[in-house]
Amino acid sequence: MSAAPAASRAISLEVNGEAIEYEVHARRLLVHFIRDDLGLTGTHVGCDTGNCGACTIHLEGDSVKSCMLLAVQADGARILTVEGLAGDGELTTLQSAFNEHHALQCGYCTPGMLMSAAALLEQNPHPTEDEVRVALQGNICRCTGYVNIIEAVVAVGEGRGDEPN
Amino acid sequence: MSPTNRLLQGQGSTVVETGAPEVLEKGYIGQSIPRREDKRLVQGLGTFFDDVRRHGMGYVHFVRSPYAHAKIVSIDVARALELDGVYGTITGDEVAIHTDPFFEMSVEPGGNIKDYALAVGRVRHMGEPVAAVCAATRELARDAADLVEVEYDPLPVLVDAEESLKDETILHDDAGSNTVWSGVFDWGDVDQALADADHVVKIEKLHFHRFSSTPLECAGALVEYDKGTDEWTLHCNHQMPGVGAIWMAPALRTGIDKLRFVTQDIGGGFGNKICLHPQYVVLCLLARKLGRPVQWTEWRTDQHTANAHGNERTFLDVEVGVMADGTMTGFKVRALDDCGAFPRYEPLGCIIWAQVTPGLYGWRSIRVDFTQVCTNKSPVSPNRGYSRMQHLWLTERIIDIVATELDLDPVEIRKKNYVKAEQMPYETPNGCVYDSGDYAAALDIALDLIDHGSIEERRKEAASRGKLLGFGIGSTLDSGTNNFGQSTLLNPDLQFSGNNEAASVKLDIFGEVVVTLGTVPQGQGHETTSAQVVADILGCPPDQVNVRRGHDTWFNSHAGFSGTYASQFAFTGLGAVKGAAELLRTEMVQLAAAVLQAPEEAIELADGFARIKDGPEEAALPFMALGAIVNANNAFLPPDFNPTLNHRYVCRPYFGMVDTEKKTGQLTLTYATQIHAAVVEIDPETGVVDLVDYAAVDDCGVRINPMIVEGQVHGATAHAIGAALSEEFVYDEEGTLLTSNFYDYHVPHALDMPPLKTGAMESPSPVAPLGAKGMGEGGGGGIHCICAAIQDALASAGKAIVYTSCNPPHRVWSMLQDPEATRANVSVTSK
Repeated sequence: MSAAPAASRAISLEVNGEAIEYEVHARRLLVHFIRDDLGLTGTHVGCDTGNCGACTIHLEGDSVKSCMLLAVQADGARILTVEGLAGDGELTTLQSAFNEHHALQCGYCTPGMLMSAAALLEQNPHPTEDEVRVALQGNICRCTGYVNIIEAVVAVGEGRGDEPN
Repeated sequence: MSPTNRLLQGQGSTVVETGAPEVLEKGYIGQSIPRREDKRLVQGLGTFFDDVRRHGMGYVHFVRSPYAHAKIVSIDVARALELDGVYGTITGDEVAIHTDPFFEMSVEPGGNIKDYALAVGRVRHMGEPVAAVCAATRELARDAADLVEVEYDPLPVLVDAEESLKDETILHDDAGSNTVWSGVFDWGDVDQALADADHVVKIEKLHFHRFSSTPLECAGALVEYDKGTDEWTLHCNHQMPGVGAIWMAPALRTGIDKLRFVTQDIGGGFGNKICLHPQYVVLCLLARKLGRPVQWTEWRTDQHTANAHGNERTFLDVEVGVMADGTMTGFKVRALDDCGAFPRYEPLGCIIWAQVTPGLYGWRSIRVDFTQVCTNKSPVSPNRGYSRMQHLWLTERIIDIVATELDLDPVEIRKKNYVKAEQMPYETPNGCVYDSGDYAAALDIALDLIDHGSIEERRKEAASRGKLLGFGIGSTLDSGTNNFGQSTLLNPDLQFSGNNEAASVKLDIFGEVVVTLGTVPQGQGHETTSAQVVADILGCPPDQVNVRRGHDTWFNSHAGFSGTYASQFAFTGLGAVKGAAELLRTEMVQLAAAVLQAPEEAIELADGFARIKDGPEEAALPFMALGAIVNANNAFLPPDFNPTLNHRYVCRPYFGMVDTEKKTGQLTLTYATQIHAAVVEIDPETGVVDLVDYAAVDDCGVRINPMIVEGQVHGATAHAIGAALSEEFVYDEEGTLLTSNFYDYHVPHALDMPPLKTGAMESPSPVAPLGAKGMGEGGGGGIHCICAAIQDALASAGKAIVYTSCNPPHRVWSMLQDPEATRANVSVTSK
């Protein structure tokens, strides 16, 4: 690939448990690094302004929007993307709850929603409906009206994530 | 159909079934089976177009106009080309040489408009692409686009349809007028209806605003060109490839067979991914010119600025006849539609509304004088509820303004004027047939859900807290399965009529049932519902049915109108699946009969076997045996019996022809009902509207998968709530879009959505293959009921009339400050 005008920099980080060393364009957004350079296309881009949350990942355990960081800012960090949630195709309770409760339609916002919800459940295992709404306010969904997403996350907190609606 | 109302309780929602649904005997149909699509999507393993990579691909960035209207003096790409890593550029001049303008659907003057893939000589809206750059990375393409020098000579700007109508500035010289299409629709005798009425209510102006569903995944494609075969492959998210190809192939001077559309997962469409042909043609030209795959992913700001807005419509000089008892006799209106800079899918919106001409009401005399004009704003595209939503907003506004002015109860006036269940199927004044439904019963469910009886008590309680409480109803129809023949009511020379959709179902060697769809799902769960239908027909579990993801023109499972739009999957999409599965079933039975030496009547398909009914256990063939015999072990089959176990079926509904003189005909086949009810509280200090109670009742006939149906109801409601309270494409007088991102264009977030109560009825469609009606669009019920609820809340504070479909706090506050300004819009003449 031809040279880009910007300088590049070597970074090392941990992505979904795997150590990665990469010579990355200094100007490259973290989300484009994850998608285009690492090929982890589950993390999505839905806006150019940090509003939609489709690119949400975990960075050192916190949910962050990966379009709001440069890849070089993740140097040395531990990252979890949606691909890292389920081990060997075994869905997590949260992922199963999204299926059982019909919490997704087109599935484009889903990875970001899952990452935000997983971070919430990590910190607050039994969130109320209002707490779920607050935690997901940075994630836009255009298909579901959020009704079943909220229900799925609350259900996980109540220990009935894998039960049908 | 005489409804036998049966109240069912299910899943926290209220369900009423009217009549016995004619579903297949046993079943997966009707069950809320969790979606099979989800497993890949929750793991981030979906494949959206932007996930597709090709070796050596280039990234495309469009150079866009900062002006709403200007002459292009010059374009210089030299500096961009000098940048290392830039593969090439394309400008409007090259487009004009290598392509022809897109086919226009209108008669003159709109039919004379020349619309190219890039601006040629002139830009007509902010963000219009004037050139494109292709480079090694996304970042580089963007940098290089900044180096393209374009000199503009600004021209006067039109952002108001009424100004545009004056033709003082002309957008398209070839047309010679800003009018795209105009015509009068006149059914019954509206002059007599108004003369006979006890009251005539006049409304000077109502305005349906500009917004769109803004799918979270923006538009785009990866386009490959094969020089050896002169064919293009588009890995894309076009939601209506059949029609996209009709635009693109002639423009590219090639055959439709040279364009292969491939879709996989699509991140929402809502109609906004129907008019992607201009950008896709640029990609095709670049892929050919540069000899490499090219990829374009639209930026959010660009989508808002220059892709697909919903139709903006102004209703002028409305006159409605009302009898003393509240019976409505008819209405007339001048409708002025603003389609932005280019018609593209238009002027179809000038007729699509006529599918729901009288709304849910018994009006027999209606006159609509309809004109569509161009302005210097983003082109429009079908948007969830396309064109009918605008018209239904008018009918609902009429009902509630008449109720306010004549002091009638909004529930009673609806019930008095609704088409009655015993009138179904009901022919409208313009020849459309409402297939089934019980509007009054659906309204009762909605009223129960929001505890309508307690409204006055709650109003008092809210007043004690200084809040204004209001209640409103939105009653709409989601008309599904278009008759494309309605286009001939706009232009008799168009060669479109009817509709079609295809699917194929085959049995493979090891007994795999494989279904291929012509439809282009964007989240509607087609893989799941198709499997439910096929499983019931073939007698196997849905898990045994593999429904291929997405659409691929090379599957040969598509038809001319293939796509997912206009609420028709339940009819045409599943109709095609059902048809193909039944053909396969017939052959499987014939084959089993031949092998088992039994009459065909004795064979049943069940549990993944073809077996002799009540026969011995060994008289059974697993699907695997049938698949293997035909595909791999067929020497013993007699020469006059040649089963293929591979069937393509085209669902082609019967419509009959439309009458272009009277402008009547079956414009669409099914009518799902939505009744929404909202309770709002307004803070008079700020104008902020709080949704405190909300119910949505849907009747789409047989629900193949009730969970998916309810999900669609939720989504359509959220779109309507956003449109009613915040989503608006606002332009300044220079034609600059002020709401070009999700900061300024506020869509509902989790905190904005009220708890939704849903109810459902099932009035099976007597015309649809499975009794199921398309229902994905909804009718914008939330916009209508929120407008009505705001008007009700303001009744005690000056009795303002809600005259626009979008009411954010500043607008509500203005209505509170100066209600008379809105009331000046309305007058009543009584005998």
